[in-house]
Amino acid sequence: MRLHHQRASDAAHKLLAQPLSECVACVREGGAVPVDLVGAAFDRADDVGAGRESLNIFTSTDRDRATEHAKSLAAHMGLAEAPGNLAGVPVAVKDNIATLHTPTTCGSRILEGYVSPYEATVVRRLHANGAVIIGKTNMDEFAMGSSTENSAYGPTRNPVDIRRVPGGSSGGSAAAVAAGIVRLALGSETGGSVRQPASFCGVVGVKPTYGRVSRYGLVAFGSSLDQVGVLGRTVEDAAIGLEVIAGCDPLDATTADVPVPRYELEKKAGLKGLVIGKPREYFPEGLDPRVAHECERALDAFRELGAVVRDVSLPHTSYSIPVYYIVAPAEASSNLARFDGVRYGLRVMSERGLGGMYEETRARGFGPEVIRRVLLGTYVLSAGYYDAYYKKAQSVRTLIAQDFRDVFASGVDVLFTPTTPTPAFELGAVKDPYEMYLSDIFTAGANLAGVPAISIPVGAAAGLPIGGQIIAPHFGESVMFRSAFALERALAGQYLPGERE
Amino acid sequence: MTAAGRQDYEMVVGLEVHVQLKTRTKAFCSCSADFGAPPNTNVCPVCLALPGALPVLNHHAVELALRAAIALDCKVNETSVFARKNYFYPDLPKGYQISQFDKPLAEKGWLAIGELDDKTPVRVGITRVHMEEDAGKSVHDRYNGATAIDLNRAGVPLIEIVSEPDMRSSAEAGAYLRLLKQILSYAGVSDVSMEEGSLRVDANVSARVRGTTRLGTKSEVKNMNSFSAVERAVDAEFARQVAVLESGGTIVQQTMLWDGAKGETRTSRSKEESHDYRYFPEPDLPPLVLDKEWIARARRELPELPAASRKRLMTEYKVSDADAELLTASAGMREYFEAVARASLDPKGALNWVMGEVSAAVNAAGVRIDEFAVRPADLGELLRMVRDDVVSHTAAKRIFTRMVETGKPPVQIAAEEGLQKVGDDSALTGWIDEVLRENPSEATRYVNGETKLQGVLVGLVMKKSKGTADPKKVNQLLPERARAGAGS
Repeated sequence: MRLHHQRASDAAHKLLAQPLSECVACVREGGAVPVDLVGAAFDRADDVGAGRESLNIFTSTDRDRATEHAKSLAAHMGLAEAPGNLAGVPVAVKDNIATLHTPTTCGSRILEGYVSPYEATVVRRLHANGAVIIGKTNMDEFAMGSSTENSAYGPTRNPVDIRRVPGGSSGGSAAAVAAGIVRLALGSETGGSVRQPASFCGVVGVKPTYGRVSRYGLVAFGSSLDQVGVLGRTVEDAAIGLEVIAGCDPLDATTADVPVPRYELEKKAGLKGLVIGKPREYFPEGLDPRVAHECERALDAFRELGAVVRDVSLPHTSYSIPVYYIVAPAEASSNLARFDGVRYGLRVMSERGLGGMYEETRARGFGPEVIRRVLLGTYVLSAGYYDAYYKKAQSVRTLIAQDFRDVFASGVDVLFTPTTPTPAFELGAVKDPYEMYLSDIFTAGANLAGVPAISIPVGAAAGLPIGGQIIAPHFGESVMFRSAFALERALAGQYLPGERE
Repeated sequence: MTAAGRQDYEMVVGLEVHVQLKTRTKAFCSCSADFGAPPNTNVCPVCLALPGALPVLNHHAVELALRAAIALDCKVNETSVFARKNYFYPDLPKGYQISQFDKPLAEKGWLAIGELDDKTPVRVGITRVHMEEDAGKSVHDRYNGATAIDLNRAGVPLIEIVSEPDMRSSAEAGAYLRLLKQILSYAGVSDVSMEEGSLRVDANVSARVRGTTRLGTKSEVKNMNSFSAVERAVDAEFARQVAVLESGGTIVQQTMLWDGAKGETRTSRSKEESHDYRYFPEPDLPPLVLDKEWIARARRELPELPAASRKRLMTEYKVSDADAELLTASAGMREYFEAVARASLDPKGALNWVMGEVSAAVNAAGVRIDEFAVRPADLGELLRMVRDDVVSHTAAKRIFTRMVETGKPPVQIAAEEGLQKVGDDSALTGWIDEVLRENPSEATRYVNGETKLQGVLVGLVMKKSKGTADPKKVNQLLPERARAGAGS
């Protein structure tokens, strides 16, 4: 039974559109109450048509629970104890991150209605910092896709242009930020699933260093590549969000015990003398001229800021998609074995006993892209093919990672590249899976190498946002944010993120 | 099949032994690893393989695995790698088992299972020792027509110890297993109980013409529940293979199940052979790096192993070779003996009591020595009481029986039951006089010079005193009281 919810105040709506830092300050000072902010977020979702019939941003929302949660936070405001860096802030969480009470479906039929009995470390950290989760966002099934068309719950649409895809797989989270419902959302990356939709929707997306953020509670796709990432309206929103979720976690043995700096302190730092590498492999001959144009403008802005732009090479770049599409499916084929109908999720009984139950459960529970990748992954790990595919791909992966180490060792501080080869495409326009895989051509390298990267809006073509990517060395998020803050500042006024023309 | 034909073939056996490590918690989560809890109570998101859960390695499990590897004289790899072994089975929640594959914890160890006449040791090579997790349990007989799954055991830490195909008889296989069990028990690595499933054995058996060196096609024999079952299964499988070979057939590599009731091995219907486990490095766990210092510390802290114990008992306590062998059958027995010897300052007495009364009582109670009601310190005290003439040997045996029953210290029992030696002349003369009165003909014969009756009469006095009379004093007093009695 739903409670009756009154429309939030105009003040709350206005505050929701302000930077996170101001929003949090206002809540802490008692100038705003979390329940109003959360109400404004839900109002905004209704206003922009976030529902299934239109943008289809969420797989589930629970306004009653979010409202109750926001009310309970109010009790702590104004007390001596710190209400946290996200006090009262409404956030959206990708539906492959475990939350209590609301389902975690991964955009899949096989987990329809599945509610996790435990919550992810990143969710625990959001809560500990006073954030209020308003809903779980739509995604390509098990994060396999680049358009959020591969969801069992229907495609998400791009708020910038409803005929187009928001990118993927974190399309719902990018759309929620782009539509102004939240300033901050969690997504996840395996090969570009935060940066690519951020680019398509005109928002900021961060893929942290592998090991920077706990994966405990993130439903695994490609474990050696997966990282939880953040989507924010601005670089600062994303920086605040990452700082909250980052850090070593005893429940994830692959997290690193490296201190988490205050990223938002990079906000005002200059770029004088910073060396920005421009890898030639990321600016190929046939690059979409609209993308090339906006990225060149961004490089000019860097130069004006006093940075040095240097032509560099990452020679093994062309192997990143083939390597990615061996390593990620191999790990996925194993990670998805647990969806067998035995303990949770969908179970389809069969006349053919146990084997039949496995086959029918998985055939009906998984969509075609997931099945394709499980088959691919099973194949490359099979006896007789392991050396030729998986092992070879792992060796090439070390070469790709070495490319990045070499270029950073040569005095380059960060790399700048386009985030995606094209702006957002129309729903249904990309039918060939391989063509879809090429959406990740500029992003997968950072996942394979484990380095951090951010996508920020650098311009637009015919109203469609174009993202530029800054890639930094391992645990170099600070210099990555410093560059992103400066670029965002320099480009301000030329293109407002997510703004419709 | 003729006896002559059988002699043309040599048995070749290698053993794969799974041992459950004695940790409090599971290998990759903090659930209890205890045996016997109600189904599905020792479970959590990690060992249930809920979406998003991740394994974290239990360092105590690594310590124990490392200790086992060192005890088996293996070369420890400073870097070993966990791998996923992928297969579908309802009691395997993740759809893969975390194990180790091409970079195991340790390799190339050996055990000496005996020696030849010329004293050269009979060595069995150990190929590898690797860490892995156990699966859950499928229960087929609890619900009609349905299989139930108990995941309490899922994720419990194991080591697998793979031997070289170095054994040539079932007796050698048995000797290897008994020694392995003894060493692992000494090292404190595992409870090594086949009954509780903390030790499981699969045997690889093949046959070849004696004198040749090439290995024959092997079969893997499973489903043995005791060491003697392993020995019988190995013999049965060898006989089966020889029969096949002698009739001109060839051996097919397959899994065989031991049927103890029928005393034969039969083909397993499972398609296990056709499995392609698709091993690959476990991305959720970093490689296991054991620095030199860690390995060195484990080596230093390794408890004394049976062979060294035997030698030490012989020099330190002067026990015989045979007694040392018996005392070191288990670490517990050896520890018990030493504790009693130290507490009593009487190694010889300790040896007699431990091999006699203690062994008998432990066996009768059906407990392990470390669960035995009589603590070694108490037994040591009892032995001191005997030596110091506080109680007689007879009384000591009564006291020991009461200690087994009650667990009370010997001094208390002796006091409560009045079993201290009585050396007080009036009490003793009272008992002696009674005995003489009750046995007038013996008394008369004794007084008349039949001195061999002294022993009989003393015995009767001891009996009357319930063992508390000091026999030395009785012997002294008896002639005088007998003469006095005859005179009265």
